[in-house]
Amino acid sequence: MSVSYENSKIVYQGIKDAGITSLSALPETWLGLLLQQADRDPDVRLIQVAKEEEAIGIAAGAYFAGERHILLMQNHGFLAAINGIVSLAQLYSVPLCMLVALRGHWGEPYPWHTRGGIVTEGVLRALNIPFEYARDPKDVGRQIREAYALSQSSLSPVALLLTRDLMEEAL
Amino acid sequence: MKRAECIAMLYPELGDKPVVTIMGACAQELYDLGHQENFFYLQHAMGLASSIGLGLALALPHHKIVVLDGDGSVLMNLGTFATLARYRPSNLVHVIFDNGSLLSTGGFDSHTTSGITDLAGIARAAGIEHVSACDSVMTFGEAMVEAFARNALSVIVAKVAAVGPNHYGMDLHLPENAFRFKRWIAGRTASAGR
Repeated sequence: MSVSYENSKIVYQGIKDAGITSLSALPETWLGLLLQQADRDPDVRLIQVAKEEEAIGIAAGAYFAGERHILLMQNHGFLAAINGIVSLAQLYSVPLCMLVALRGHWGEPYPWHTRGGIVTEGVLRALNIPFEYARDPKDVGRQIREAYALSQSSLSPVALLLTRDLMEEAL
Repeated sequence: MKRAECIAMLYPELGDKPVVTIMGACAQELYDLGHQENFFYLQHAMGLASSIGLGLALALPHHKIVVLDGDGSVLMNLGTFATLARYRPSNLVHVIFDNGSLLSTGGFDSHTTSGITDLAGIARAAGIEHVSACDSVMTFGEAMVEAFARNALSVIVAKVAAVGPNHYGMDLHLPENAFRFKRWIAGRTASAGR
């Protein structure tokens, strides 16, 4: 199985169409082609972090400064960032638009991803974070714009879950 | 030296700079000198003050950004030194008040107590070029003057006594602080460009 080059391009174009100018991320397999495009894009600032919780702080700083920022992370990184999400973003009404690679879910062959995959939706619900699944390249651009819009209007974290259907090449 | 003395010395320099503080004593001591709209107090999410500072610094290259951090907080996010070193925001001054204590939660020793862990050494080894370690008000003041004059990332680790204010409380709701801080920046960037 390999990451879909075509769909990675479509997701990146969706990010661009949402007017995003800065992006914080921790690299992971499904996000690799997206991050390569961001790295080459002179109109987008890419900030790679050592651990995903840092990105919550960086996103808050970018928001205070008036930048249109999104976060890219794996769902295990989302799980690692929860205190920042709760005690910075939610506590202070700071919007976060998170694109989260949903590893360890339907079709997952690797055992190490599965616990995180299975609990992700339940944790999002427990945290009252609105989320959608991105499965179809025809819809993902609109879904990114909508996720960003809701994060800004609600002043809260919003998650778009990037699924296997979208991010991997069909067999 | 006391952290409150250091903050009092800095205070006159903070009128036109976005400032991010950590929770507890550090936030209270700055607030007690007189709140300004360019102060953001991170009253939880320990470790992320310098990450907020990085996000601000990269987006606002013409503003000097000041982060007032502490040993307990920075120990929760040591990766921040590596991320700061990688992006080297030339307009960020990261001050760490190291009192060797988790003062706000009962004064338990932190890992920096008695010099076991050297935060300035960690910052240098992470790849940050300009790191100062100070243990007197005089050397702290000199390090701050240099940091404000320097067009490069500065980290200042100030060894301070484990003492804090005798009261806590602000007439400022947390989201209100965030909204007003953002508006202050918007006003500055609209009038002067970034």
